[in-house]
Amino acid sequence: MNKVFNNADEALKDIYDGAILLLGGFGLCGIPENCINAIVKKDTKNLTCISNNAGVDDFGIGLMLQKKQVKKMIASYVGENAEFERQLLSGELEVDLIPQGTLATRCMAAGYGMPAIFTPAGVGTEVAIGKEVRIFDNKTYLLEYAFDADFAIVKAWKGDTDGNLIYKATARNFNPLMAMAGKITIAEVEEVVPAGELDPNQIHTPGIYVHRIFEGKNYEKRIEQRTVKKLAD
Amino acid sequence: MLNKNQIAQRLAKELQDGFYVNLGIGIPTLVANYIPEGISVVLQSENGLLGMGPFPFEGEEDADLINAGKQTITTVPGSSFFDSAMSFGMIRAGKVDLTILGAMEVSETGDIANWKIPGKMVKGMGGAMDLVASAKNIVVAMMHTNPKGESKLLHRCVLPLTGIGCVKKIVSDLAVLDITNEGFKLLERAPGVSVEEIIAKTAGKLIVDGEIPEMQF
Repeated sequence: MNKVFNNADEALKDIYDGAILLLGGFGLCGIPENCINAIVKKDTKNLTCISNNAGVDDFGIGLMLQKKQVKKMIASYVGENAEFERQLLSGELEVDLIPQGTLATRCMAAGYGMPAIFTPAGVGTEVAIGKEVRIFDNKTYLLEYAFDADFAIVKAWKGDTDGNLIYKATARNFNPLMAMAGKITIAEVEEVVPAGELDPNQIHTPGIYVHRIFEGKNYEKRIEQRTVKKLAD
Repeated sequence: MLNKNQIAQRLAKELQDGFYVNLGIGIPTLVANYIPEGISVVLQSENGLLGMGPFPFEGEEDADLINAGKQTITTVPGSSFFDSAMSFGMIRAGKVDLTILGAMEVSETGDIANWKIPGKMVKGMGGAMDLVASAKNIVVAMMHTNPKGESKLLHRCVLPLTGIGCVKKIVSDLAVLDITNEGFKLLERAPGVSVEEIIAKTAGKLIVDGEIPEMQF
């Protein structure tokens, strides 16, 4: 069993037009930069992308939008992206906006082998239109289905040759959930170590969920809102 | 009339010792600057952090450590990281004691609209729909009127809803109000603002019962 690939191009070799992708990250934090750049280079088309955000104009999923590779975007928040807004308003891009917790839990359900979940998020709003409703203990809930995605593409801090993953700080966000939810899960990490080197107590994503892993390079890790205090403060 | 920092300062009085608190983007974020002395709260950031600290010093910012507004931040001792499902799990399960968020409109029955202006602005709901559907204690920070002077405290929301019957209290630039079964109930007025002005600028049903005190900070 070899899960280790040399780079994003090799790990994404069989990605195809029309595939459904789960892409980890929150804003630009913890996004799979190497894989996104490889998909842009490969020019795969008609993709459905499930990701909390859509990047910014010139970074992250925004790069895929610029090349019109995305047919449908499923996200919770898409501000900060003018090209996205333009494609949305012109009707070029199909967009499904869903609550952030619903997005996370639909990934979790897929990874836990559950077909659906009930959540109160969106009850009484346009999100609830057409959805099955159940009342538990006098509170209304919507039935939301687990995602059924072809590829999950995630970013972790460290990983080992068996595919075990550890994330750093808030770059964890959707990554472990999406890692669990892909038919094929591809993890790019900042450092790949031999199996046995990571402490099993510290593993966030067990390797069973990860089919391909590679060490990414040239991480830009762009910061969307650089907020600092001066040393004098 | 209060400015944004004064609204945040008044909101901070809603904090109680030991509270786990989620602060939304905008004015709610400023509440962290006014946590009263002797009170200790834990700030939850829904992208996966309990124990959010202040902004980092210049040069110490970490791209992997941001808040829900995508700002670089720090952690405080005792903090923890977790994934987005657990983050909304603790929100859904009612573990977060207080949620403060912004709004474009609130109705007299506690409905809130804050995520979309049809044809104009579609940024998405982010975590707002999950928060308002589950949190037990939701306080809204908002301007009482829009730039045209029209009330944002309505009989019924006009904009697409974020959640229904969920807002418990509002701190606006003019007043503090509870949302009761009978409508908005005026509790406090901002320094220098008359009850008449608040009545004139509140389109929804407003209850004014007895003498209304001026806000204390």
